[in-house]
Amino acid sequence: MQPPEGTATKLAVRNATKVYHTASGDLLALDRCSLEVATNEVVSIVGPSGCGKTTLLWSMSGLHHLSAGDILLDGTPVTGPRPEIGIVFQEANLLPWRNLDANIAFPFEIKRQQPDPAWIDHLLHRVGLDGFGGKFPRELSGGMQQRAAIVRALALKPSVLLMDEPFGALDTFTREEMNRLVEEIWLDTPTTIVFITHNIEEAIFLSDKVVVLSPRPGRVASEYRVPLPRPRSFEVMASREVFDLTNAIKGEIMGQRVPRGAAA
Amino acid sequence: MSSQDAIPEFRQSHRADANEVGVTNLSALTAGPGISSWVEVLAIIAVAVVVIGSIELSLWYFAVPHYIMPRPSLVGVALVTEFPLILPHLGHTLVQLGCGFAIGATVGLVLAAVITQFPFAEKIIAPYILILVTTPMLALIPLLILRFGFGYEPRIIAVALASGPMVMINAATGFRRVDSAKIALARSYGASTLQIFWKIRAPMALPMILVGLMVGAIFGLLTTVGAEMVGGGFGLGNRLTTYSSMIKMPEFFAVVLILSILGILIYTIFFLIGKKWASWET
Repeated sequence: MQPPEGTATKLAVRNATKVYHTASGDLLALDRCSLEVATNEVVSIVGPSGCGKTTLLWSMSGLHHLSAGDILLDGTPVTGPRPEIGIVFQEANLLPWRNLDANIAFPFEIKRQQPDPAWIDHLLHRVGLDGFGGKFPRELSGGMQQRAAIVRALALKPSVLLMDEPFGALDTFTREEMNRLVEEIWLDTPTTIVFITHNIEEAIFLSDKVVVLSPRPGRVASEYRVPLPRPRSFEVMASREVFDLTNAIKGEIMGQRVPRGAAA
Repeated sequence: MSSQDAIPEFRQSHRADANEVGVTNLSALTAGPGISSWVEVLAIIAVAVVVIGSIELSLWYFAVPHYIMPRPSLVGVALVTEFPLILPHLGHTLVQLGCGFAIGATVGLVLAAVITQFPFAEKIIAPYILILVTTPMLALIPLLILRFGFGYEPRIIAVALASGPMVMINAATGFRRVDSAKIALARSYGASTLQIFWKIRAPMALPMILVGLMVGAIFGLLTTVGAEMVGGGFGLGNRLTTYSSMIKMPEFFAVVLILSILGILIYTIFFLIGKKWASWET
């Protein structure tokens, strides 16, 4: 299932610029960064470390304020946290003093809303966590913690899911398993997903579009469409097409890091 | 670019750092092996019997006089026979400790919660708190007695002054443990400052708060007994001076025993609370 081309823009970033004021002077993290995410599209943002990927995502979520430029969600500017946005953070970011059920109930407590138990049970079952509601985060593996974090983000039925290097701390096998899970959930309940990663294979597997950011200050260097059928099987991912795409993106990031000519 | 996989391990940023400033950390509360079987219980009892028995025997064998060191059996007898007379004094001590600690702990907790929100104010106040922590509040007792007489007031004030700063310094360490990712999580759902305090900062500080309360209560007990020894006609500390002046050593040691039990009770209460509400940290 491919998102139909030419659908409405869900999330638009226009000339996003972010300056951090630090003790050692101003730091330009994002410089006139522009990109568009269509409704129910999965877009990955890759780039070298410290290129402003997380800054961009936190700005999209309304947690950070841009110094210049704007971010439009459904055509209206994002100036603070919005209920239609769900975030999955680096590492699971579960609250260690709450068990799984209480962690998933946390957003509802903050918003003073009644949770939808049927939907939450469905999600827990979907990610294979049924029966773990009474467990505390420390009793779960890293992968299970991150599944719980995904359930927590989806429990509020967001129309946009922002994922900030969610699987960066997981081992390769768990990471691939989580990638397949994200794809399955997306096929079940189409959502607009923005996915930050430094793993190119992961970005290609998940995305309809991969956006490459330049080194700091972050700027959109280029965009690659990933016209592969879903679900993306092992065979598809082992294809020549994916291999070439991976190398193109890798080359671009490497080229940015090492000035042309200086590369051995 | 290689796929820079981070070490597959979760950063436990909420964990109490071993180097964290504070009188102690939670490991003091929960360290030590638990008792896992009846064999261990029997062994512990057997050792206690041997230790107390050999003290009893050697005091008897060397014919040590009562007024130097009473035999454990005499202390036990004194504890039973004198208990009705000691009981009202125990009551006074508990009332003073309870009131003083309640006042000190409340003020300490509120101050810690407020002051940690303003780092600059914290820097200004810190030296005074340190002076309060390090100065034995017993030193103020004669002054307080001059002003308030021999009743409850000077003792309660001294206990509050002794336990409050202890609670505050530890609780402040807890409240200072900011985890920006968890606060961002709450903010992403539109949490207010108050919600962030009650749902993120307070639970995160809880283990350190419990440590502070425990240390504060123990310091409070210390100060209560000390204050009672200085002046006034009631309280367990007063019994200590009375019995020793009358060379009633078995009774004296019976009071010491009661005081140790009080201290252990304080520790156990906070240990159990910590186990129930702050076990996520260990």
